Amino acid sequence: MSINTKIVGDLVANDISFVTTVPCKQLAGVIDEIDAHPDVLHIPSNKEDEGMGLCAGAWMGGKRPAIIMQNTAIGVTINTLATLIQYYRMPLPMLISYRGELREPVACQVEMAVHTKALLAQMNIPTYHFHTQSDADELDAILKYTFMCNKPVAILTDANFWGGYGDQ
Amino acid sequence: MIRSDILKDIAPILRDQLVVCNIGLPSQELHMLDDQPTNFYMLGTMGLSSSIGLGLALAQNKKVISIDGDGSVLTNFGTLPTIANNVSDNYILLIIDNGSYGSTGDQPTYAGKKTSLTAVARACGCENVVEVAAKDTGKALQEAIDGDKMTIIVAKCESGNIKVPVITMDPVVIRDRFMKAVQA
Repeated sequence: MSINTKIVGDLVANDISFVTTVPCKQLAGVIDEIDAHPDVLHIPSNKEDEGMGLCAGAWMGGKRPAIIMQNTAIGVTINTLATLIQYYRMPLPMLISYRGELREPVACQVEMAVHTKALLAQMNIPTYHFHTQSDADELDAILKYTFMCNKPVAILTDANFWGGYGDQ
Repeated sequence: MIRSDILKDIAPILRDQLVVCNIGLPSQELHMLDDQPTNFYMLGTMGLSSSIGLGLALAQNKKVISIDGDGSVLTNFGTLPTIANNVSDNYILLIIDNGSYGSTGDQPTYAGKKTSLTAVARACGCENVVEVAAKDTGKALQEAIDGDKMTIIVAKCESGNIKVPVITMDPVVIRDRFMKAVQA
């Protein structure tokens, strides 16, 4: 089973049926599988705070949501995380492409990578870091934890987890 | 007419509907005029009323009305293409366009100058976009509810505010009673 199929399988097994995405190269395979899955409504969003609004509405409407985005989006969504998702106590699994880590070819990505965990820690957001593919064995438990505690939860997936960028 | 006049006019229409209401004075005014468990008041997060409403409409079958403002739509412009490309016929976006940031002291918005939100919504691909004068908002809203077609209403009104108390209800209480109303 590919890692993309495993991730989407865990989402669906946890009744996640509404997923919004802002794309990343690393997450392209997961996004393709979500788009094709008959049990998941995939609504691409233009910006990650907009996506979190969609997820908040979907959850209040009875669907379990998730957002897929890059770690640069943490910089975009701090206010939304604090004043919507956390303030109203809503669950939100965030599957995040952790750009700017080992095997990253684009220097600018490192500039947000160095802030990512500090910002998540400052926000008291439970954070898990997938570095090797076996780390994804915990995804099912992380999703159950998210909907148990009604919090946003970050799952950072780095380049090593995805197998690097070819020659990097 | 100013925004609070429109809200007063349409409150009887809104009463039986799921409403997601914009941050600041719009939520405070609706809360003061006719507090209902079917109202979701935004206490923060400017710009996301339309996104929350669309997510809610896509997730279940009841009608959903997002009340938004011109300033908030300008803040979250990406919402209009998302709405246009994910048609949900139980969704109505009511933009009360007073050409100003009312909650922060009536500073002018670009929607009150050269930018037409009606034209922008159409250019984004929204199919049923209606622009009305403030006094006709109730009629347009009722028609949209009866029409079973996703509709964007841009209600043009004058800028200005009334004195209203802040909402002191706990956000989790607002959200919990709203979710129970959604499920009822």
